[in-house]
Amino acid sequence: MTIHQKMDAPDRRNRLDDMAQGVLSTPLDRPEGPLKVSGRAPYAHEVQPEGMLHGFFVRAPRIGRLVSIDDSIARGTAGVETVISGPKLIRNPAQGTANSAPVQPDADIYYIGQPVALVVADTFETARAAAMNVRLDIAEADRQPVNPTDYDSPEDQQSTQGDLDGAMAEAAFTVDRTYTTPAHNSAAMEPHAAIAQWDGDKLTVRSSLQMLKYNRNEIADSLGIDPANVRLLSPYVGGGFGSKLGIAPDAVGAALAAKETGRPVGVVLSRQQVFEATMRRSETKQRIRLAADADGVLSGIGHDAWVSNLPDEAFSEPVTQATPFTYGGVHRQIGHHIARVSRTCAGSVRAPGEAVGITIFEIAMDELARATGVDPVELRRRNIPEQDPTSDIPFSSHKLAEALDDGARTFGWDDTLPEPGGRREGEWLIGQGMASAVRVNALMESKARVTLQPDGTALVETDMTDIGTGTYAILTQLAAEMLGIDAANVKTMLGDTDLPPASGSGGSWGAASSGASVFLACQGVRQKIAAALETTEEDLTLKDGRAIAGNRSIPLSEVLDGPVESEGHIEPGDTGDAVRQATWGAYFCEVAVNAVTGETRVRRMHGTFAAGRIMNPKTARSQCLGGMTFGIGMALTEELMHDSRDGHIVNRDLAEYHLPVNLDVPQITVNLLEERDPWANPMQVKGIGELGICGAAAAVVNGIFQATGVRVRDLPATLDKVLAGLD
Amino acid sequence: MKTTLTINGASYELEADSRTSLLDALRNHLGLTGSKKGCDHGQCGSCTVIADGRRINSCLTLACMMDGVEITTIEGLGEPGALSPLQDAFVRHDGYQCGYCTPGQICAATAMLDEIKAGWPSVVTDDLTASPELSEAEISERMSGNLCRCAAYPNIVDAISEVAGVNGWKEAAE
Ligand code: FES
Ligand code: FES
Repeated sequence: MTIHQKMDAPDRRNRLDDMAQGVLSTPLDRPEGPLKVSGRAPYAHEVQPEGMLHGFFVRAPRIGRLVSIDDSIARGTAGVETVISGPKLIRNPAQGTANSAPVQPDADIYYIGQPVALVVADTFETARAAAMNVRLDIAEADRQPVNPTDYDSPEDQQSTQGDLDGAMAEAAFTVDRTYTTPAHNSAAMEPHAAIAQWDGDKLTVRSSLQMLKYNRNEIADSLGIDPANVRLLSPYVGGGFGSKLGIAPDAVGAALAAKETGRPVGVVLSRQQVFEATMRRSETKQRIRLAADADGVLSGIGHDAWVSNLPDEAFSEPVTQATPFTYGGVHRQIGHHIARVSRTCAGSVRAPGEAVGITIFEIAMDELARATGVDPVELRRRNIPEQDPTSDIPFSSHKLAEALDDGARTFGWDDTLPEPGGRREGEWLIGQGMASAVRVNALMESKARVTLQPDGTALVETDMTDIGTGTYAILTQLAAEMLGIDAANVKTMLGDTDLPPASGSGGSWGAASSGASVFLACQGVRQKIAAALETTEEDLTLKDGRAIAGNRSIPLSEVLDGPVESEGHIEPGDTGDAVRQATWGAYFCEVAVNAVTGETRVRRMHGTFAAGRIMNPKTARSQCLGGMTFGIGMALTEELMHDSRDGHIVNRDLAEYHLPVNLDVPQITVNLLEERDPWANPMQVKGIGELGICGAAAAVVNGIFQATGVRVRDLPATLDKVLAGLD
Repeated sequence: MKTTLTINGASYELEADSRTSLLDALRNHLGLTGSKKGCDHGQCGSCTVIADGRRINSCLTLACMMDGVEITTIEGLGEPGALSPLQDAFVRHDGYQCGYCTPGQICAATAMLDEIKAGWPSVVTDDLTASPELSEAEISERMSGNLCRCAAYPNIVDAISEVAGVNGWKEAAE
């Protein structure tokens, strides 16, 4: 039995509010927690089969065309089994939901750091040392420039409404500024890794991946085999943040090497290879134009973005994704421009689009607040549109005003708009900053199977992943709630392509999509129990291992004479276009800027967010902490630096690419607003994994302005840039 | 080459390349994969283990140099059903997300609390000659060698603060 639902209409039944177990939406500890804290949760490179060989990639040190590879020294090294190169190795990871092989460049080298050969040996030490001894003969070839110069402006990505130039000319106040953000790296703590093993035609790959349904097809296509012969395992993923949406060079390299050697092969990318040979967020240049009346009400908005990527990549950082609907204003213009470059592939890094797009827009809004003298929180309130101002469709739900109010109250926002530089404590200049949070909300097709046993235990099965997002916890809670059993009696199995195919983790859609499939599967189980009791699913209550219908209360063991199983299948439908679905929030922070050194410390930070029904406030809050911390990094330290001569990434390790460390992050507070959005899915759940980064950096940068009067328009706001303005 | 390693109270005979780091010995030779490799360069802290009571980056340590040293890894601190107080607090405070940095965080925190007890000052200690106070700032500073990209930092500080009994720790005060 499969319960199928396509979201063609809002689901206003709010069925979850009728359930009785009381475990959903509680702060349940992660069920897999004890395994993680004791080092017993196995990540990609941690179930090493007997006789496993180790592979280490050789990187291309320059761009061009590979004429020949001299691997004689490597092959002559004791312990080396083979050196893999040739047309099947992939240039870079697959983009999210690509579902087919990425570019397989054979001898063409498109960027420095491209993996061109894999040395396979009996030990890691031998493979790594032998890889250093592979000599590459690389000839010049016609390639894109290393620095973005010529931009294409794809027609379908430009839009104009009304007359923005006219609005700018007539406005009481305007902002017309250009800003830049550098490239970023996801920098998940677990490097990309894979262990591949063949059994005849059957390939099993244990890897660190976010979207197994797509990844299976990507590997199969890369190798030229039937996807039915591929099994992927990713029960634990040490962070992804977009970098593991698609298969990466490690998985294909390991599979090829395992085929050739007839032995299992494990490949882990070094941290430097993660930086060079996986994904970066594109650098952006953004021009923002705002036209406002004397009260700060917007009449016009312009947002142009310039980004880059390798040739033949469909992904183009969707910088302006939320601009069409965030604020009102009838005159609107959006532009998108992309340059083809010879640099590391650009792809998804946590909240592609809004992470940098909303951040920059919210810095511009702060500039407008200053120009008009309207308090920044009030300025945003005044510009909340009645409906989506671009497509004239209603919002499915709109929580920005409430988030602004709640956040300002919780933080203790001072709405007197103090003069910049007015507050000083010794060497430190103190300021407050805020920004709105906005992220589009999506639903993806997803399937799951739920089995309930007469003894009151249940099994949830889906090839969904938990990349730190809390999937194990929320799916366990969801099933426990709907089946009326203790969460400890639910086992959730994830990360195995032998299980029903799920949405995967990405685009913040995981909880809503895979959750909805589990919801539907549980409905199927409930229907069967209801039928056995000659009642309806709606009239059935399941609680504490008992089925309650009318005035009867019967233990499950007496209702069921065997396991009850159902599948659930959710599909997106018309609700995706009929309304504008988004998640909302607001950030507030207090910064201290050192008047002598220009160093910024974030002293306090608060976020209030609305993302539909919150399935677990503990794990949801953690997602927001993570997003806001990414924001602190974006504001102050994170910047991939490309050498302007050859495009290579100069700071390709964690000592030079500066993630926020513990002391950089204050005891951030988070409020989650109650919300039910019937347009989203039958659970009224929306995505929260990325909302916390979508504008967070702007709160910090705006705080720096308030503290010092220095407006940094070129992120990150490092000491030198702040100091230059301090005089 | 042969090395005798003492790990979590047990003795292991390791036959490995002299270039093998302690981290790779644990992960690739001894099946102790609780210690994680995040960078292999001493930049992230994921590989933190405790050697003769002090926290070290096992990726920066050659296995063959550890003969006679008492090594404690995350597996030796506790196991499901018998977690150490810090491990248990990390679960309750959600002091992780993906969990990859977590063994390193917990090994570091275990040894770090002893450093405070022993009176070692840190950069945020006001009086370098007095015993450092247990505080959120001290914990946060001393845990800054352990990166967490999921950014569980506030929860990590809460978990450690609770176990250490930091004065005025918020839930204790309630
Ligand atoms: S793996 Fe040792 S410090 Fe990163
Ligand atoms: S929990 Fe994922 S890196 Fe710390």
